[in-house]
Amino acid sequence: MRDQGLLLVLALFFSLAAGLVGCIALMRRMLLAGDVISHLALPGLGLAFAFKLNPLMGGAVTLFLGTFLVWQLQKKTGLATEAAVGVIFAAALAIGAAVTPSEDLAESLFGRLERISPGGFLLGLTAVLFVVFSIFTLKDQLSLSIFSTDLAAATGVKIARLDLYFLLLFSLTVLVGLRFMGALLASALIIIPSATARQLTNRLSHFFLLAVLASFVSVAAGFLLNAFVFKFSTAGPTIATFAAALFSLSLLGRVK
Amino acid sequence: MSARARKKKAPQWQSELCLRVARDAIWAASSALAGKVTMTKLLSVADLNISFGNREVIRDLSFEVHEGDCIAIIGPNGAGKTVLLSALLNLIPYKGQIRWSPEARLGYVPQKIAADRQLPLSATDLLAAKARFLKLPSAELQLVSAELGLTNELLSTSIGALSGGQFQKMLIAFALMGKPNVLLFDEPTASLDELSEEHIYELLHSLQKEKGMTMLLVSHDLSIVYRNANMVLCLSSKGKTCMGPPKEVLTPAMLEELYASPPQYYRHVHERERESGIAQGREK
Repeated sequence: MRDQGLLLVLALFFSLAAGLVGCIALMRRMLLAGDVISHLALPGLGLAFAFKLNPLMGGAVTLFLGTFLVWQLQKKTGLATEAAVGVIFAAALAIGAAVTPSEDLAESLFGRLERISPGGFLLGLTAVLFVVFSIFTLKDQLSLSIFSTDLAAATGVKIARLDLYFLLLFSLTVLVGLRFMGALLASALIIIPSATARQLTNRLSHFFLLAVLASFVSVAAGFLLNAFVFKFSTAGPTIATFAAALFSLSLLGRVK
Repeated sequence: MSARARKKKAPQWQSELCLRVARDAIWAASSALAGKVTMTKLLSVADLNISFGNREVIRDLSFEVHEGDCIAIIGPNGAGKTVLLSALLNLIPYKGQIRWSPEARLGYVPQKIAADRQLPLSATDLLAAKARFLKLPSAELQLVSAELGLTNELLSTSIGALSGGQFQKMLIAFALMGKPNVLLFDEPTASLDELSEEHIYELLHSLQKEKGMTMLLVSHDLSIVYRNANMVLCLSSKGKTCMGPPKEVLTPAMLEELYASPPQYYRHVHERERESGIAQGREK
């Protein structure tokens, strides 16, 4: 546990960004498209492992490539997009599984608890703070465009640019989470806490607050439970399961 | 300040006020006069063509809008009324020229919003978001809400719980934030019951009369067109267009051509004509 102190701190900061990004993604109805983006990290991780490169670098490359792909698809709506996203989802997993050396596969998919270098910590922290800051600055434009792209555009919001910006924030968040959550679960902390918060409130400010809280508690509880009870090689599954348990509880306190 | 000083100060202050009032009056009179002679052109559209794939929706449309105009855009479904507004707002690609004067500040009230009513957003969230995005003074939100009679309770209700009329009012409030001088209004009452419909039109009327707001109004309701518009722009599904004052454009023959078979519109027009005395005038 002591080895993972820095990782835990980074994970807690990550949870804040994930909660905020999740709220916007939920309102934009793009949680699943976002999920696909995170899976796109897998082929990159696998190739990096195979060629003994920094896995995060590899993941970043395919992740941002995928982001651009989804952005292009988003501009067209309808079944074609949905189908294409589905195809990319399956293909990314398959290619990722094929190219990843088998001893590294579990780590790619579910993450690993490891000592994090101060440099890596600072880089991750900068990324997370950048995401949080950006969401706060873009909050108004995002709200307007979520309500109506036409009204937002008529008000002067540059829609296509905003879409790309948000997708990049999404990917950046996933990238930070990749280390300890893995490609399969990196987006779990984006998806689940926002869904939990949505059950509990109809007010925007409370929605953001509750999602961040649920995300933070999930990471903290997941890490602790894993360190003292389960002792898996990764905290990802424990964190995601705890987040899902919170979601189940939230169904009891559902508002109309 | 001593009493003497105050005595000394007062006349100066009053004369300043007098001067300002006089200056404003002269300015208002001269601008009114100027307005009569050359009305400020706010919008000029020339050779506008809009098509989606192979389908030509608007063909070679040209018109102008001057300050204080209320232009009603009429036509059957699919004639491109909403498309025209979207092009004027630069939301869709088009060929030709759409030139707004730099003085034009646009407010847009869309026909319907595809918005998910389940969103955790309230009217305040949206109005405040627009205010912050456009860096409007903070008092603007209260001002516009008061003007439209949006209560605090209503403002904090989530949009999913608003009635059709309340939602429409919220959209109008949204459009009025930022003090627009041109309002683009798409079927303002399409989904409202008659009572709220009447209310929205009263509001429109007061915006037009009291604030001198220029309007582009898409409407199916010809009685509304008669009551508010000084110009009618008609779009037909065959790409034909016409423009002129309501009395000249809204003839039974023209409407027949525009709306293939228009019994209810036809009746509407006759009712309006009788009410407004136009029909009697013509009979004499």
